[in-house]
Amino acid sequence: MIRFRLKKKLYGAQGDFLLELEFEMEEDEFIVVLGQSGSGKTTLLRMLAGLEKPEEGSMEVKGEVWYDSKRGINLPPQKRDVGFVFQDYALFPNMSLFENIAFGMKKKDPQRVMELLKLAGLEQLKDKKPSVLSGGQKQRVALLRALAKEPKLLLLDEPLSALDPETAITLREEIKKFQRSFNIPTIMVSHNREDVLSLASRVLLLSEGKIKSVGKPKDVLFSRRESPKFSLNGIVLEKEIAEYACILSVAVGSEVVQVVVPRDQEEEFKPGDRVLLSTKAFVPIVRKAETAFKNPSLERPSNL
Amino acid sequence: MNSLDLTPFWLTLELSFWTTLILLFLGIPLAYFLAYSRSRYTSLVEALVSLPLVLPPTVLGFYLLLALNKEGFIGALWYRLFGKQLVFHFEGILIASVIYSLPMMVHPLTAGFRSVPKNLIEASYTLGKSKWETLIKVILPNMKASVLTGVVLSFAHTLGEFGVVLMVGGNIEGETRVVSIAIYSAVEALDYTTAHVYSLVLLLFSVFSLTALYVLNRRWSLL
Repeated sequence: MIRFRLKKKLYGAQGDFLLELEFEMEEDEFIVVLGQSGSGKTTLLRMLAGLEKPEEGSMEVKGEVWYDSKRGINLPPQKRDVGFVFQDYALFPNMSLFENIAFGMKKKDPQRVMELLKLAGLEQLKDKKPSVLSGGQKQRVALLRALAKEPKLLLLDEPLSALDPETAITLREEIKKFQRSFNIPTIMVSHNREDVLSLASRVLLLSEGKIKSVGKPKDVLFSRRESPKFSLNGIVLEKEIAEYACILSVAVGSEVVQVVVPRDQEEEFKPGDRVLLSTKAFVPIVRKAETAFKNPSLERPSNL
Repeated sequence: MNSLDLTPFWLTLELSFWTTLILLFLGIPLAYFLAYSRSRYTSLVEALVSLPLVLPPTVLGFYLLLALNKEGFIGALWYRLFGKQLVFHFEGILIASVIYSLPMMVHPLTAGFRSVPKNLIEASYTLGKSKWETLIKVILPNMKASVLTGVVLSFAHTLGEFGVVLMVGGNIEGETRVVSIAIYSAVEALDYTTAHVYSLVLLLFSVFSLTALYVLNRRWSLL
């Protein structure tokens, strides 16, 4: 059981707010913390790892107290037995892949390092420095390095956000595979809904430092007020006013679509607004991207 | 012309070597503090470290003379411990040149510490490594260009030191007469041949060491 209750004042772009979180998770869980940038996601991970100090609260992992403001306990990161994977990998440029992975091991075990490298298909590159690797390979090494020490808690800080969508899909599968075979409780910060659907056993939706909702991925992601059959989040890019209607260009994932709204509703929208596009009456036609006709917008699956 | 006296060269190399070595051990903790500490004294310490850059060597030399002589604060202590004067002795000019070359070592090291990504340091902490291990295995290896710059600049700077050594050490053969002072006395004695040879050697050595520094720095920064 992992349990934490943490409080810290944060200085956000839209003013200061209080990060106040209380949460409990089982040891086989994979929690994805979802939220917009500036909602306190990364601060949460850093507080769990001991890289940042909360103002108040407590934290307990498998019966060990890592932090307790009342008793004055605050273990440094070295004593916390976490595996932390950084967004930009943070591999040591002066060490080979082998040395990077072996670095954090409690007992140096060359055979184990080789096993891990094989698992990620990187055994040929074991003596190379990280600078020759691609982004996906770097993140794989960073993950193995965190897992090699067999931590009590694995923390992933947006590990896929710097990667292209194709690489992210493969790596997501690998994270899932590793987490299952190592069976380490994991908390991953993300702003990507794909991560939630394919990885999370539970989602924690964070907004302005507070937990907005917790639950199974489908319950949290699809609990929209209107419960439409089909809905997409988008951002208004441009507004064009025609005689009887108004045309909005809306960015949805990596695609841009145009929608028409009646003139009398036009004033509600301006560029930059977040909108929800939905349809109730129509059934969208879904085809596999590669078999669809040669429409450029269908050549790649939208990564929503 | 008599055969060339090489003692000033050996003395200069000895002085530069020990100064650089002492500065390396002194500079690393000092630069570490300057780069990472959030103490409000950092600015004051930084100013004190940079002082030898702006102060005339004679001013620095004058104060050092006051501190290091037999009645001075440090000199008296030294005399009690070792029964020997500091001023007009090798140990005295060694202390003086450590202070004089301090910014040459501390500035590149501080810049080096600041250039190491914070993530690497934090990654090392989460992998269970102490601050000391992180310093030795992660931080220093990733700033070796800065370490090299500090070493070469301190060495070269000590090599060319004149005013402070003269003030504290005078011009004593085999004890404090380094090359720069030997050149000065050769010129004063109108012995231009000796001055030429000494100067040329010093010039070539400085060009060589600085070129080597920039070549190595370029190669390492391309890694």
